[in-house]
Amino acid sequence: MKATGRVFKFGDNVDTDVIIPARYLNAPDPSELAKHCMEDIDPEFVNKVSTGDIIVATKNFGCGSSREHAPISIKAAGVSCVIAETFARIFYRNAINIGLPIIECKEASEKIEEGDTVEIDFDNGIIYNKTKGENYKGQAFPEFMQKIIKAEGLINYINQK
Amino acid sequence: MGMTMTQKILAAHCGLDYVEAGQLIEANLDLVLGNDVTAPVAIKEMKKFNKETVFDKDKIAIVLDHFTPNKDIKSAELCFCAKEFAYKNDITNFFETGEVGIEHALLPEKGLVVAGDVVIGADSHTCTYGALGAFSTGVGSTDMAAGMATGKAWFKVPSAIKFELVGKPAKWVSGKDVILHIIGMIGVDGALYKSMEFCGEGVQYLSMDDRFAITNMAIEAGGKNGIFPVDDKAIEYMKEHSQREYKVFEADEDAVYDEVYIIDLSTLKPTVAFPHLPENTRTIDEVGDVKIDQVVIGSCTNGRIEDLRIAAKVLEGKHVAKGVRCIVIPATQKIYLQAIEEGLMTTFIKAGAAVSTPTCGPCLGGHMGILAKGERAIATTNRNFVGRMGHPESEVYLSSPAVAAASAITGKISNPEFV
Repeated sequence: MKATGRVFKFGDNVDTDVIIPARYLNAPDPSELAKHCMEDIDPEFVNKVSTGDIIVATKNFGCGSSREHAPISIKAAGVSCVIAETFARIFYRNAINIGLPIIECKEASEKIEEGDTVEIDFDNGIIYNKTKGENYKGQAFPEFMQKIIKAEGLINYINQK
Repeated sequence: MGMTMTQKILAAHCGLDYVEAGQLIEANLDLVLGNDVTAPVAIKEMKKFNKETVFDKDKIAIVLDHFTPNKDIKSAELCFCAKEFAYKNDITNFFETGEVGIEHALLPEKGLVVAGDVVIGADSHTCTYGALGAFSTGVGSTDMAAGMATGKAWFKVPSAIKFELVGKPAKWVSGKDVILHIIGMIGVDGALYKSMEFCGEGVQYLSMDDRFAITNMAIEAGGKNGIFPVDDKAIEYMKEHSQREYKVFEADEDAVYDEVYIIDLSTLKPTVAFPHLPENTRTIDEVGDVKIDQVVIGSCTNGRIEDLRIAAKVLEGKHVAKGVRCIVIPATQKIYLQAIEEGLMTTFIKAGAAVSTPTCGPCLGGHMGILAKGERAIATTNRNFVGRMGHPESEVYLSSPAVAAASAITGKISNPEFV
Protein backbone atom coordinates (compact mmCIF):
# COMPACT_ATOMS: atom_id res chain seq x y z
CA MET A 1 0.00 0.00 0.00
CA LYS A 2 1.44 3.37 -1.05
CA ALA A 3 0.53 7.04 -1.05
CA THR A 4 2.13 9.90 -2.97
CA GLY A 5 1.38 13.58 -2.69
CA ARG A 6 2.36 17.17 -2.13
CA VAL A 7 2.92 18.26 1.47
CA PHE A 8 1.07 20.78 3.61
CA LYS A 9 3.15 21.43 6.72
CA PHE A 10 1.82 22.30 10.17
CA GLY A 11 3.36 22.73 13.63
CA ASP A 12 2.79 21.36 17.15
CA ASN A 13 -0.55 20.66 18.83
CA VAL A 14 -2.86 21.01 15.82
CA ASP A 15 -6.11 20.48 17.71
CA THR A 16 -9.38 19.01 16.48
CA ASP A 17 -11.12 22.38 16.93
CA VAL A 18 -8.97 23.94 14.19
CA ILE A 19 -9.16 20.78 12.04
CA ILE A 20 -12.95 20.99 12.08
CA PRO A 21 -14.50 23.79 14.16
CA ALA A 22 -17.49 22.83 16.31
CA ARG A 23 -19.75 25.18 14.36
CA TYR A 24 -19.73 22.58 11.56
CA LEU A 25 -20.37 19.51 13.72
CA ASN A 26 -24.12 19.80 13.26
CA ALA A 27 -23.70 18.51 9.68
CA PRO A 28 -21.58 15.35 9.95
CA ASP A 29 -21.78 14.37 6.28
CA PRO A 30 -18.16 13.80 5.06
CA SER A 31 -18.56 16.04 2.00
CA GLU A 32 -19.84 18.89 4.22
CA LEU A 33 -17.01 18.40 6.73
CA ALA A 34 -14.46 18.38 3.88
CA LYS A 35 -15.48 21.94 2.92
CA HIS A 36 -14.25 23.24 6.29
CA CYS A 37 -11.19 21.08 6.87
CA MET A 38 -8.39 23.00 8.67
CA GLU A 39 -10.45 26.19 8.34
CA ASP A 40 -9.36 27.86 11.59
CA ILE A 41 -5.66 27.21 11.05
CA ASP A 42 -5.52 27.82 7.27
CA PRO A 43 -8.75 29.11 5.69
CA GLU A 44 -7.28 28.53 2.21
CA PHE A 45 -6.39 24.87 2.83
CA VAL A 46 -9.51 23.43 1.20
CA ASN A 47 -8.92 25.53 -1.93
CA LYS A 48 -5.28 24.46 -2.21
CA VAL A 49 -5.49 20.74 -1.36
CA SER A 50 -5.73 18.13 -4.13
CA THR A 51 -6.59 14.47 -3.91
CA GLY A 52 -3.62 12.49 -2.65
CA ASP A 53 -1.91 15.38 -0.83
CA ILE A 54 -0.23 14.76 2.49
CA ILE A 55 -0.30 16.59 5.82
CA VAL A 56 2.94 16.70 7.81
CA ALA A 57 2.92 18.07 11.35
CA THR A 58 5.18 17.97 14.39
CA LYS A 59 4.04 16.99 17.90
CA ASN A 60 0.63 15.94 19.28
CA PHE A 61 -1.39 16.22 16.07
CA GLY A 62 -5.15 15.96 16.65
CA CYS A 63 -5.19 16.86 20.33
CA GLY A 64 -8.41 17.88 22.05
CA SER A 65 -11.89 16.69 21.28
CA SER A 66 -12.73 13.08 20.41
CA ARG A 67 -14.74 14.21 17.36
CA GLU A 68 -14.27 11.63 14.63
CA HIS A 69 -15.37 14.44 12.33
CA ALA A 70 -11.71 15.59 12.38
CA PRO A 71 -10.11 12.62 10.57
CA ILE A 72 -13.29 12.27 8.47
CA SER A 73 -12.89 15.86 7.21
CA ILE A 74 -9.20 15.30 6.41
CA LYS A 75 -9.92 12.09 4.52
CA ALA A 76 -12.91 13.57 2.69
CA ALA A 77 -10.79 16.59 1.68
CA GLY A 78 -8.67 14.09 -0.27
CA VAL A 79 -5.64 13.85 2.03
CA SER A 80 -3.97 10.45 1.58
CA CYS A 81 -1.91 10.37 4.80
CA VAL A 82 -0.93 12.39 7.86
CA ILE A 83 2.66 12.18 9.07
CA ALA A 84 3.58 13.55 12.50
CA GLU A 85 6.17 13.12 15.22
CA THR A 86 3.35 12.14 17.59
CA PHE A 87 -0.43 11.98 17.48
CA ALA A 88 -2.95 12.54 20.26
CA ARG A 89 -4.26 9.10 21.15
CA ILE A 90 -7.95 9.51 20.39
CA PHE A 91 -7.15 11.02 16.98
CA TYR A 92 -4.80 8.11 16.26
CA ARG A 93 -7.50 5.57 17.01
CA ASN A 94 -10.16 7.47 15.12
CA ALA A 95 -8.00 7.89 12.02
CA ILE A 96 -7.32 4.15 11.77
CA ASN A 97 -10.95 3.33 12.57
CA ILE A 98 -12.25 5.44 9.67
CA GLY A 99 -9.51 4.35 7.28
CA LEU A 100 -7.24 7.41 7.17
CA PRO A 101 -3.60 6.28 7.08
CA ILE A 102 -1.34 8.04 9.59
CA ILE A 103 2.28 7.44 10.40
CA GLU A 104 4.56 8.54 13.24
CA CYS A 105 8.07 9.59 12.20
CA LYS A 106 10.15 12.22 13.99
CA GLU A 107 12.74 12.58 11.23
CA ALA A 108 10.15 13.00 8.50
CA SER A 109 8.24 15.52 10.59
CA GLU A 110 11.43 17.56 11.08
CA LYS A 111 12.86 17.41 7.55
CA ILE A 112 9.87 17.51 5.23
CA GLU A 113 8.91 21.03 4.17
CA GLU A 114 5.75 22.58 2.78
CA GLY A 115 5.43 21.79 -0.92
CA ASP A 116 7.75 18.75 -0.94
CA THR A 117 6.49 15.70 -2.78
CA VAL A 118 6.53 12.61 -0.63
CA GLU A 119 5.89 8.91 -1.22
CA ILE A 120 4.94 6.60 1.65
CA ASP A 121 5.22 2.82 1.55
CA PHE A 122 3.03 1.52 4.37
CA ASP A 123 4.34 -2.04 4.05
CA ASN A 124 7.79 -1.07 5.31
CA GLY A 125 7.20 2.39 6.81
CA ILE A 126 9.58 4.10 4.40
CA ILE A 127 8.82 7.73 3.65
CA TYR A 128 10.60 8.93 0.48
CA ASN A 129 10.98 12.67 0.01
CA LYS A 130 11.12 12.98 -3.78
CA THR A 131 11.90 16.70 -3.65
CA LYS A 132 14.91 16.31 -1.38
CA GLY A 133 15.90 12.76 -2.38
CA GLU A 134 15.82 11.59 1.24
CA ASN A 135 14.40 8.49 2.95
CA TYR A 136 12.95 8.45 6.46
CA LYS A 137 11.94 5.36 8.40
CA GLY A 138 8.56 5.47 10.06
CA GLN A 139 6.71 2.71 11.85
CA ALA A 140 5.35 0.16 9.35
CA PHE A 141 1.63 -0.56 9.52
CA PRO A 142 0.92 -4.03 10.85
CA GLU A 143 -1.11 -6.14 8.44
CA PHE A 144 -4.39 -5.84 10.33
CA MET A 145 -4.17 -2.03 10.30
CA GLN A 146 -3.52 -2.06 6.54
CA LYS A 147 -6.58 -4.23 6.16
CA ILE A 148 -8.68 -1.76 8.18
CA ILE A 149 -7.47 1.09 5.95
CA LYS A 150 -8.16 -0.88 2.76
CA ALA A 151 -11.64 -1.77 4.02
CA GLU A 152 -12.24 1.98 4.54
CA GLY A 153 -12.62 1.57 8.28
CA LEU A 154 -13.02 -0.72 11.28
CA ILE A 155 -16.69 -1.57 10.83
CA ASN A 156 -16.26 -2.74 7.22
CA TYR A 157 -13.19 -4.69 8.30
CA ILE A 158 -15.15 -6.45 11.06
CA ASN A 159 -17.98 -7.21 8.64
CA GLN A 160 -15.53 -8.70 6.13
CA LYS A 161 -13.99 -11.03 8.71
CA MET B 1 6.59 -6.14 38.87
CA GLY B 2 3.46 -4.57 40.34
CA MET B 3 0.56 -3.01 38.52
CA THR B 4 -0.81 0.52 38.63
CA MET B 5 -4.42 1.11 39.66
CA THR B 6 -5.43 1.49 36.00
CA GLN B 7 -3.64 -1.70 34.99
CA LYS B 8 -5.43 -3.65 37.73
CA ILE B 9 -8.85 -2.46 36.60
CA LEU B 10 -8.04 -3.33 32.98
CA ALA B 11 -6.70 -6.77 33.95
CA ALA B 12 -9.90 -7.52 35.85
CA HIS B 13 -11.95 -6.59 32.77
CA CYS B 14 -10.14 -8.88 30.36
CA GLY B 15 -9.97 -11.93 32.59
CA LEU B 16 -6.23 -11.72 33.27
CA ASP B 17 -4.35 -11.71 36.58
CA TYR B 18 -1.63 -9.52 35.20
CA VAL B 19 -1.20 -6.99 32.42
CA GLU B 20 1.72 -4.71 31.63
CA ALA B 21 2.22 -1.44 29.81
CA GLY B 22 2.09 -1.85 26.03
CA GLN B 23 0.05 -5.07 26.09
CA LEU B 24 -2.97 -5.13 23.76
CA ILE B 25 -6.12 -6.34 25.46
CA GLU B 26 -9.83 -6.59 24.78
CA ALA B 27 -11.79 -5.40 27.79
CA ASN B 28 -15.43 -5.81 28.79
CA LEU B 29 -17.22 -2.50 29.12
CA ASP B 30 -19.47 -1.41 31.98
CA LEU B 31 -20.78 1.63 30.13
CA VAL B 32 -20.65 3.14 26.63
CA LEU B 33 -21.46 6.84 26.32
CA GLY B 34 -22.30 9.15 23.45
CA ASN B 35 -23.80 12.62 22.97
CA ASP B 36 -25.73 14.53 20.30
CA VAL B 37 -22.54 15.27 18.32
CA THR B 38 -20.90 11.84 18.44
CA ALA B 39 -23.77 9.34 18.83
CA PRO B 40 -25.38 10.08 15.42
CA VAL B 41 -22.04 9.33 13.71
CA ALA B 42 -21.79 6.10 15.73
CA ILE B 43 -25.38 5.17 14.88
CA LYS B 44 -24.59 5.60 11.19
CA GLU B 45 -21.58 3.31 11.63
CA MET B 46 -23.70 0.77 13.52
CA LYS B 47 -26.07 0.58 10.58
CA LYS B 48 -23.16 -0.77 8.54
CA PHE B 49 -22.86 -3.60 11.05
CA ASN B 50 -24.40 -6.88 10.13
CA LYS B 51 -25.72 -6.81 13.68
CA GLU B 52 -27.79 -3.77 14.53
CA THR B 53 -28.74 -4.46 18.15
CA VAL B 54 -26.94 -3.21 21.24
CA PHE B 55 -25.08 -5.50 23.64
CA ASP B 56 -26.94 -4.32 26.75
CA LYS B 57 -29.59 -1.61 26.80
CA ASP B 58 -28.74 -0.75 30.44
CA LYS B 59 -25.05 -0.17 29.73
CA ILE B 60 -25.36 2.56 27.13
CA ALA B 61 -25.87 6.22 27.94
CA ILE B 62 -26.95 8.71 25.30
CA VAL B 63 -26.85 12.25 26.60
CA LEU B 64 -28.00 15.11 24.35
CA ASP B 65 -26.03 17.95 25.90
CA HIS B 66 -23.84 19.70 23.34
CA PHE B 67 -26.04 21.72 20.97
CA THR B 68 -29.14 21.48 23.17
CA PRO B 69 -31.76 22.76 23.69
CA ASN B 70 -31.56 22.28 19.92
CA LYS B 71 -29.81 25.35 18.55
CA ASP B 72 -30.80 24.94 14.91
CA ILE B 73 -32.47 22.54 12.48
CA LYS B 74 -29.33 20.52 11.79
CA SER B 75 -28.73 20.02 15.52
CA ALA B 76 -32.37 19.10 16.02
CA GLU B 77 -31.99 16.43 13.36
CA LEU B 78 -28.93 14.96 15.09
CA CYS B 79 -30.89 14.78 18.35
CA PHE B 80 -33.84 13.24 16.53
CA CYS B 81 -31.58 10.55 15.07
CA ALA B 82 -30.13 9.77 18.53
CA LYS B 83 -33.58 9.71 20.13
CA GLU B 84 -35.01 7.42 17.48
CA PHE B 85 -32.12 5.00 18.02
CA ALA B 86 -32.48 5.16 21.81
CA TYR B 87 -36.21 4.44 21.67
CA LYS B 88 -35.83 1.70 19.10
CA ASN B 89 -33.24 -0.05 21.24
CA ASP B 90 -35.03 0.75 24.51
CA ILE B 91 -31.90 2.43 25.89
CA THR B 92 -32.45 2.90 29.62
CA ASN B 93 -30.15 5.87 30.05
CA PHE B 94 -31.28 8.29 27.39
CA PHE B 95 -31.41 11.93 28.49
CA GLU B 96 -32.74 14.91 26.58
CA THR B 97 -33.69 18.47 27.47
CA GLY B 98 -35.53 18.60 30.76
CA GLU B 99 -33.70 15.62 32.21
CA VAL B 100 -30.34 16.19 30.64
CA GLY B 101 -27.21 17.49 32.27
CA ILE B 102 -23.70 17.82 30.93
CA GLU B 103 -22.74 14.18 30.49
CA HIS B 104 -19.69 14.05 32.76
CA ALA B 105 -21.53 15.69 35.63
CA LEU B 106 -24.73 13.74 34.96
CA LEU B 107 -23.41 10.17 34.83
CA PRO B 108 -21.75 10.14 38.29
CA GLU B 109 -24.77 12.00 39.72
CA LYS B 110 -27.11 9.34 38.32
CA GLY B 111 -24.89 6.66 39.80
CA LEU B 112 -24.12 5.16 36.39
CA VAL B 113 -20.39 4.93 37.06
CA VAL B 114 -18.74 3.49 40.16
CA ALA B 115 -15.23 2.55 41.25
CA GLY B 116 -13.69 -0.34 39.34
CA ASP B 117 -15.70 0.24 36.14
CA VAL B 118 -14.33 0.39 32.61
CA VAL B 119 -16.11 3.09 30.63
CA ILE B 120 -15.65 4.41 27.11
CA GLY B 121 -17.34 7.54 25.87
CA ALA B 122 -17.39 9.27 22.52
CA ASP B 123 -16.33 12.47 24.20
CA SER B 124 -12.77 13.27 25.16
CA HIS B 125 -13.68 14.34 28.71
CA THR B 126 -14.96 10.86 29.54
CA CYS B 127 -11.77 10.61 31.61
CA THR B 128 -13.70 12.51 34.34
CA TYR B 129 -14.95 9.33 36.06
CA GLY B 130 -11.46 8.48 37.25
CA ALA B 131 -12.32 10.67 40.23
CA LEU B 132 -14.47 7.75 41.41
CA GLY B 133 -11.72 5.19 40.90
CA ALA B 134 -12.98 3.96 37.53
CA PHE B 135 -11.02 3.56 34.30
CA SER B 136 -12.70 5.79 31.76
CA THR B 137 -11.44 7.17 28.51
CA GLY B 138 -12.56 9.09 25.46
CA VAL B 139 -12.90 7.39 22.08
CA GLY B 140 -14.40 8.29 18.71
CA SER B 141 -17.74 7.38 17.22
CA THR B 142 -16.56 4.17 15.51
CA ASP B 143 -15.26 2.81 18.81
CA MET B 144 -18.54 3.82 20.38
CA ALA B 145 -20.41 1.91 17.66
CA ALA B 146 -18.26 -1.19 18.16
CA GLY B 147 -18.69 -0.83 21.95
CA MET B 148 -22.47 -0.55 21.69
CA ALA B 149 -22.62 -3.61 19.43
CA THR B 150 -20.17 -5.87 21.26
CA GLY B 151 -19.73 -4.53 24.80
CA LYS B 152 -15.99 -4.66 24.29
CA ALA B 153 -13.14 -2.38 23.30
CA TRP B 154 -9.49 -2.98 22.62
CA PHE B 155 -6.88 -1.03 24.55
CA LYS B 156 -3.16 -0.75 24.70
CA VAL B 157 -2.44 -1.00 28.44
CA PRO B 158 -1.02 2.40 29.42
CA SER B 159 2.03 3.16 31.50
CA ALA B 160 1.50 5.80 34.17
CA ILE B 161 2.74 9.01 35.69
CA LYS B 162 2.25 9.30 39.44
CA PHE B 163 1.25 12.62 40.97
CA GLU B 164 1.72 12.51 44.72
CA LEU B 165 -0.30 15.30 46.25
CA VAL B 166 0.84 16.62 49.62
CA GLY B 167 -0.27 19.53 51.76
CA LYS B 168 -3.51 21.45 52.00
CA PRO B 169 -4.54 23.94 49.33
CA ALA B 170 -5.03 27.59 50.32
CA LYS B 171 -8.47 29.21 50.47
CA TRP B 172 -8.91 30.21 46.81
CA VAL B 173 -7.11 27.20 45.33
CA SER B 174 -9.42 24.57 43.81
CA GLY B 175 -9.11 21.34 41.85
CA LYS B 176 -9.07 23.43 38.67
CA ASP B 177 -5.96 25.25 39.85
CA VAL B 178 -4.29 21.94 40.68
CA ILE B 179 -4.85 20.51 37.19
CA LEU B 180 -3.96 23.76 35.40
CA HIS B 181 -0.73 23.85 37.42
CA ILE B 182 0.06 20.26 36.41
CA ILE B 183 -0.71 20.85 32.71
CA GLY B 184 1.44 23.98 32.82
CA MET B 185 4.24 21.87 34.27
CA ILE B 186 4.11 18.81 31.96
CA GLY B 187 2.55 20.34 28.82
CA VAL B 188 -0.41 19.40 26.64
CA ASP B 189 1.31 16.18 25.56
CA GLY B 190 3.08 15.54 28.86
CA ALA B 191 0.99 12.46 29.62
CA LEU B 192 0.41 11.34 26.00
CA TYR B 193 -1.04 7.78 25.92
CA LYS B 194 -0.49 7.48 29.71
CA SER B 195 -2.50 7.22 32.90
CA MET B 196 -2.29 10.09 35.35
CA GLU B 197 -2.55 8.48 38.77
CA PHE B 198 -3.15 10.85 41.67
CA CYS B 199 -2.39 9.80 45.23
CA GLY B 200 -0.96 11.06 48.52
CA GLU B 201 -2.20 12.59 51.75
CA GLY B 202 -3.20 15.78 49.92
CA VAL B 203 -6.09 13.90 48.27
CA GLN B 204 -8.10 14.12 51.51
CA TYR B 205 -8.31 17.92 51.12
CA LEU B 206 -9.89 17.66 47.69
CA SER B 207 -13.66 17.42 47.49
CA MET B 208 -15.26 15.12 44.90
CA ASP B 209 -16.06 18.18 42.78
CA ASP B 210 -12.36 19.15 42.92
CA ARG B 211 -11.39 15.65 41.86
CA PHE B 212 -13.88 15.60 38.97
CA ALA B 213 -12.33 18.85 37.70
CA ILE B 214 -8.85 17.33 37.92
CA THR B 215 -9.54 14.03 36.15
CA ASN B 216 -11.76 15.85 33.62
CA MET B 217 -8.70 17.66 32.29
CA ALA B 218 -6.33 14.65 32.15
CA ILE B 219 -6.99 14.69 28.39
CA GLU B 220 -5.63 18.25 28.23
CA ALA B 221 -2.24 16.78 29.13
CA GLY B 222 -2.76 14.08 26.47
CA GLY B 223 -3.57 11.48 29.14
CA LYS B 224 -5.50 8.31 28.40
CA ASN B 225 -7.13 8.52 31.81
CA GLY B 226 -6.80 10.20 35.18
CA ILE B 227 -7.57 8.31 38.35
CA PHE B 228 -7.88 8.85 42.11
CA PRO B 229 -7.71 6.29 44.90
CA VAL B 230 -11.08 5.35 46.40
CA ASP B 231 -11.23 6.93 49.86
CA ASP B 232 -14.08 7.62 52.29
CA LYS B 233 -15.20 10.69 50.35
CA ALA B 234 -15.48 8.69 47.13
CA ILE B 235 -17.35 5.87 48.89
CA GLU B 236 -19.73 8.32 50.50
CA TYR B 237 -20.39 9.90 47.08
CA MET B 238 -21.10 6.53 45.46
CA LYS B 239 -23.37 5.40 48.31
CA GLU B 240 -25.33 8.61 47.99
CA HIS B 241 -25.72 8.40 44.21
CA SER B 242 -25.64 4.76 43.15
CA GLN B 243 -27.24 1.43 43.90
CA ARG B 244 -24.47 -0.35 42.03
CA GLU B 245 -21.77 -2.33 43.71
CA TYR B 246 -18.38 -0.69 43.49
CA LYS B 247 -15.02 -2.41 43.50
CA VAL B 248 -11.91 -0.85 44.97
CA PHE B 249 -8.59 -1.36 43.21
CA GLU B 250 -5.32 -0.10 44.64
CA ALA B 251 -1.99 0.32 42.91
CA ASP B 252 0.61 -2.22 44.00
CA GLU B 253 3.40 -0.98 46.27
CA ASP B 254 5.90 -1.91 43.58
CA ALA B 255 3.92 -0.53 40.66
CA VAL B 256 6.16 1.04 38.03
CA TYR B 257 5.70 4.65 36.94
CA ASP B 258 7.36 6.45 34.04
CA GLU B 259 7.68 9.53 36.22
CA VAL B 260 6.73 10.62 39.72
CA TYR B 261 5.86 14.21 40.60
CA ILE B 262 5.31 15.50 44.11
CA ILE B 263 2.87 18.40 44.12
CA ASP B 264 2.67 20.48 47.30
CA LEU B 265 -0.89 21.78 47.20
CA SER B 266 -0.13 24.36 49.90
CA THR B 267 2.22 26.21 47.54
CA LEU B 268 -0.24 26.49 44.64
CA LYS B 269 -1.92 29.75 43.66
CA PRO B 270 -5.02 30.41 41.59
CA THR B 271 -3.88 29.66 38.04
CA VAL B 272 -5.00 30.90 34.64
CA ALA B 273 -4.29 29.31 31.23
CA PHE B 274 -3.68 31.92 28.54
CA PRO B 275 -4.62 31.42 24.88
CA HIS B 276 -4.33 29.18 22.96
CA LEU B 277 -3.28 26.11 24.94
CA PRO B 278 -4.14 24.86 28.43
CA GLU B 279 -0.39 24.60 29.13
CA ASN B 280 0.13 28.38 28.86
CA THR B 281 -0.42 28.86 32.56
CA ARG B 282 0.39 31.78 34.83
CA THR B 283 -0.40 32.23 38.49
CA ILE B 284 -2.89 34.96 39.29
CA ASP B 285 -0.06 37.30 40.39
CA GLU B 286 1.57 36.99 36.98
CA VAL B 287 -1.54 37.69 34.90
CA GLY B 288 -1.18 41.45 34.43
CA ASP B 289 -3.93 43.63 32.99
CA VAL B 290 -6.22 41.44 30.89
CA LYS B 291 -9.61 43.00 30.11
CA ILE B 292 -12.48 40.65 29.32
CA ASP B 293 -15.80 40.78 27.45
CA GLN B 294 -17.38 37.56 28.70
CA VAL B 295 -17.29 35.20 31.66
CA VAL B 296 -18.53 31.61 31.48
CA ILE B 297 -19.04 29.66 34.69
CA GLY B 298 -20.07 26.09 33.93
CA SER B 299 -19.07 23.05 31.80
CA CYS B 300 -18.20 19.43 32.56
CA THR B 301 -15.12 20.76 34.37
CA ASN B 302 -16.68 23.36 36.67
CA GLY B 303 -20.48 23.43 36.55
CA ARG B 304 -21.01 21.49 39.79
CA ILE B 305 -22.64 22.73 42.97
CA GLU B 306 -19.42 23.69 44.76
CA ASP B 307 -18.34 25.64 41.70
CA LEU B 308 -21.59 27.60 41.76
CA ARG B 309 -21.36 28.11 45.52
CA ILE B 310 -17.93 29.67 45.32
CA ALA B 311 -18.88 31.82 42.34
CA ALA B 312 -21.96 33.04 44.24
CA LYS B 313 -19.85 33.74 47.31
CA VAL B 314 -17.60 36.00 45.25
CA LEU B 315 -20.53 37.70 43.45
CA GLU B 316 -22.74 38.12 46.54
CA GLY B 317 -23.76 41.75 46.92
CA LYS B 318 -21.59 42.81 43.98
CA HIS B 319 -22.31 43.47 40.33
CA VAL B 320 -20.92 42.28 37.02
CA ALA B 321 -18.89 45.07 35.41
CA LYS B 322 -20.60 47.18 32.75
CA GLY B 323 -19.70 45.81 29.33
CA VAL B 324 -19.11 42.25 30.56
CA ARG B 325 -21.47 39.35 29.88
CA CYS B 326 -21.44 36.79 32.68
CA ILE B 327 -23.09 33.45 31.86
CA VAL B 328 -23.66 30.83 34.53
CA ILE B 329 -24.57 27.30 33.46
CA PRO B 330 -25.34 24.67 36.09
CA ALA B 331 -24.15 21.30 34.80
CA THR B 332 -27.29 19.30 35.63
CA GLN B 333 -30.94 19.87 36.50
CA LYS B 334 -30.29 18.58 40.02
CA ILE B 335 -27.48 21.09 40.50
CA TYR B 336 -29.68 23.82 39.01
CA LEU B 337 -32.48 23.07 41.47
CA GLN B 338 -30.08 22.84 44.38
CA ALA B 339 -28.61 26.21 43.40
CA ILE B 340 -32.10 27.73 43.33
CA GLU B 341 -32.91 26.27 46.74
CA GLU B 342 -29.66 27.57 48.20
CA GLY B 343 -30.36 31.05 46.83
CA LEU B 344 -27.35 31.01 44.50
CA MET B 345 -29.43 31.84 41.44
CA THR B 346 -30.83 34.91 43.19
CA THR B 347 -27.27 36.04 43.83
CA PHE B 348 -26.28 35.49 40.20
CA ILE B 349 -29.27 37.30 38.74
CA LYS B 350 -29.02 40.20 41.19
CA ALA B 351 -25.35 40.48 40.26
CA GLY B 352 -26.31 40.83 36.60
CA ALA B 353 -25.35 37.36 35.41
CA ALA B 354 -27.36 35.35 32.88
CA VAL B 355 -28.32 31.84 33.94
CA SER B 356 -28.85 29.07 31.38
CA THR B 357 -30.31 25.59 31.40
CA PRO B 358 -27.62 22.83 31.43
CA THR B 359 -25.70 22.66 28.12
CA CYS B 360 -22.13 22.34 26.87
CA GLY B 361 -23.05 25.33 24.65
CA PRO B 362 -20.34 27.99 24.77
CA CYS B 363 -17.49 25.70 25.88
CA LEU B 364 -17.08 24.35 22.35
CA GLY B 365 -18.41 27.40 20.55
CA GLY B 366 -21.77 25.74 19.99
CA HIS B 367 -24.23 28.35 21.23
CA MET B 368 -25.30 30.30 24.35
CA GLY B 369 -22.30 32.63 24.44
CA ILE B 370 -20.25 32.83 21.25
CA LEU B 371 -17.41 35.34 20.97
CA ALA B 372 -17.03 37.95 18.23
CA LYS B 373 -13.74 38.70 16.48
CA GLY B 374 -11.33 40.23 18.97
CA GLU B 375 -13.43 39.40 22.02
CA ARG B 376 -11.97 37.78 25.08
CA ALA B 377 -13.53 35.45 27.65
CA ILE B 378 -12.46 33.96 30.92
CA ALA B 379 -14.12 30.59 31.35
CA THR B 380 -14.17 27.73 33.81
CA THR B 381 -14.16 25.36 30.82
CA ASN B 382 -11.32 23.10 29.71
CA ARG B 383 -10.00 24.27 26.34
CA ASN B 384 -8.74 27.58 25.01
CA PHE B 385 -7.77 26.53 21.49
CA VAL B 386 -8.01 28.92 18.53
CA GLY B 387 -11.69 29.58 17.82
CA ARG B 388 -12.88 27.30 20.62
CA MET B 389 -15.61 29.69 21.83
CA GLY B 390 -16.34 31.45 18.58
CA HIS B 391 -14.44 33.59 16.09
CA PRO B 392 -10.93 32.29 15.29
CA GLU B 393 -9.59 35.68 16.41
CA SER B 394 -11.28 35.57 19.82
CA GLU B 395 -9.51 34.47 22.99
CA VAL B 396 -10.33 32.15 25.90
CA TYR B 397 -8.59 32.18 29.28
CA LEU B 398 -9.20 29.20 31.58
CA SER B 399 -9.60 29.52 35.34
CA SER B 400 -11.41 28.36 38.46
CA PRO B 401 -14.96 29.58 39.22
CA ALA B 402 -13.60 31.91 41.94
CA VAL B 403 -11.24 33.69 39.54
CA ALA B 404 -13.92 33.82 36.82
CA ALA B 405 -16.46 35.36 39.22
CA ALA B 406 -13.93 37.89 40.53
CA SER B 407 -13.07 38.82 36.95
CA ALA B 408 -16.75 39.36 36.13
CA ILE B 409 -16.92 42.03 38.84
CA THR B 410 -13.81 43.95 37.80
CA GLY B 411 -13.98 43.38 34.03
CA LYS B 412 -10.41 42.09 33.97
CA ILE B 413 -8.78 38.88 35.15
CA SER B 414 -8.68 39.23 38.91
CA ASN B 415 -7.70 37.53 42.14
CA PRO B 416 -10.79 36.67 44.22
CA GLU B 417 -8.85 37.51 47.35
CA PHE B 418 -8.87 41.23 46.48
CA VAL B 419 -12.37 41.59 45.05
